[in-house]
Amino acid sequence: MTAFMHHFAYEFKTGLRNPSLLMINYLFPLGFFAMMGFVMTAINPLFQASMVPAMVIFAIVAATVLGMPGPLVEAREAGIFRSYKINGVPALSILAIPGLTTGFHALITAAIITLTSPLFFGGHAPVNVGAFVGITLLTAFTCAALGMLISVISANSRATILWSQLVFLPSMLIGGLMMPLDVLPEAVRPFSALLPTSHAMQLFTGWAYNEPTVFNLPVSALTLALSGILAFALSIYLFNWDTHNQIRRGHPLMALLALAPYVVSMFLK
Amino acid sequence: MEDKVLLVKDFRKVYGDFVAVDGVSFEVQRGEIFGLLGPNGAGKTSTLECLEGLRQPDGGTLDILGVNPAREPHRLRNLIGVQLQSSGLPATMTAREAMRFFCAYHGVAPRDDLLERLGLQGKQDAQYQGLSTGQQRRLSLALAVAHKPPVIILDEPTAGLDVGSRAELHTLMQELRGEGLTIILATHDMAEAEKMTDRVAILLKGKIVATGSPTELTATGAGFTKVSVRTERAVLMDNHTAFPAVSQRIIREEYVIYWSTDPGPTVAAILAHLSAQDDKLIDLRVERPSLEERFLELTTG
Repeated sequence: MTAFMHHFAYEFKTGLRNPSLLMINYLFPLGFFAMMGFVMTAINPLFQASMVPAMVIFAIVAATVLGMPGPLVEAREAGIFRSYKINGVPALSILAIPGLTTGFHALITAAIITLTSPLFFGGHAPVNVGAFVGITLLTAFTCAALGMLISVISANSRATILWSQLVFLPSMLIGGLMMPLDVLPEAVRPFSALLPTSHAMQLFTGWAYNEPTVFNLPVSALTLALSGILAFALSIYLFNWDTHNQIRRGHPLMALLALAPYVVSMFLK
Repeated sequence: MEDKVLLVKDFRKVYGDFVAVDGVSFEVQRGEIFGLLGPNGAGKTSTLECLEGLRQPDGGTLDILGVNPAREPHRLRNLIGVQLQSSGLPATMTAREAMRFFCAYHGVAPRDDLLERLGLQGKQDAQYQGLSTGQQRRLSLALAVAHKPPVIILDEPTAGLDVGSRAELHTLMQELRGEGLTIILATHDMAEAEKMTDRVAILLKGKIVATGSPTELTATGAGFTKVSVRTERAVLMDNHTAFPAVSQRIIREEYVIYWSTDPGPTVAAILAHLSAQDDKLIDLRVERPSLEERFLELTTG
């Protein structure tokens, strides 16, 4: 078996062995899904139409943005990356393999949500399954890259929580998951374009469910793809092997470049 | 004929205005256990990190078997095995997974035999966080030598270990040396350095203040030999006779200890005095200063 496969197998198992990761990858999104299924659909039956994509995006963001960065930062703080460097583990593998395995866990949760929502909570199944799968993969890639970038620029574990919440909380409030973008206040609506969840939700709505949207869908797709690629590239570029050795190729503020596609998309809706 | 494995020449490492290592030079021969000693902040870790390719030196030459650690990390990684002082392994990784993981990145077959040889039989599927400190250190050592590197670097390998685990690790190090490996050992434990190393370099404030075998180093100190005497009637306890070549006299428990620059005449005079006083010798010890004493002499002045 190759080094990549050993590394992938270990990281995938870690997503189940580590109680915090098990919670954030599976128990938290599935528990929230069940709660939303029982409560939200009773309060607001219209939620059934967007329940599947909203909960799929929630599962992806929870696993990648909330769950993934912490263990990477802790590993760096514990000197594990130093050991990896000495033994020839490349920076690309250190970041990309947890990104892949986290994405994989998120996709399993997404599949559970997609298959059970129509059965138990009357959630609407996607009309265009191919587009649904494609958008799910694109969202997982973009959010995993964002999680990688957060882990790279966070100075310590406490900063990681701050950065993750800075993405997660607005995504929940104005990212189109809990309420459609067109019901947001006028003053807030432009800022929703700064969040990957808004673009992902719009893509699901338009291309997977053939429903009307407020964003330009090709622009949203391009925004997600470009920001994912930028975040991934910046993660590799800004990667630091250890906490004590602060010399790196660029300043952490360069990470803001990953937001550039979102800023541009604000003017192209 | 010299068989040089590692060369450090005029090595310098600077952090901002702070000079951590200032023109350090030493060589290590094949099959040697070379000790790097020094108090905290002496420059040991900076030296090791540059040798391991973790940091860039700011001056001088570092060479491990013809490889520059800073410029050729891909060649370096198969030449050295490193046991870091900190864990270096994820908490949930099992011993078997760690062996497969690191061997795969070195492009060699996993060495499960090493896990057994290092006393980890039955622990192969235990997670790193579930191993005792001694088992963790042994696993780290197994991983460091699994790809059969000619040089291994051990950073405080026995720190925090109990006496039994420490002795086990020392035996393993001797076995590895017997197999032709060269070992760089950074330690605070002077007894360990004295017992295990062929040669040591003592670092202080970024400079080497002494280098040589532990025997050579202790012989080049202030030149005092410790003469400890215990007698039946303890007549020496209250006796302040100036024995020849004695510079200092202390009493520790039932022993009277003399620091002598020439132990022969000192011992002869003590024995003559005991005979004259009709006292009977129970114990007489003549000891050179330990490496620890020499280290303290060098580092505290």
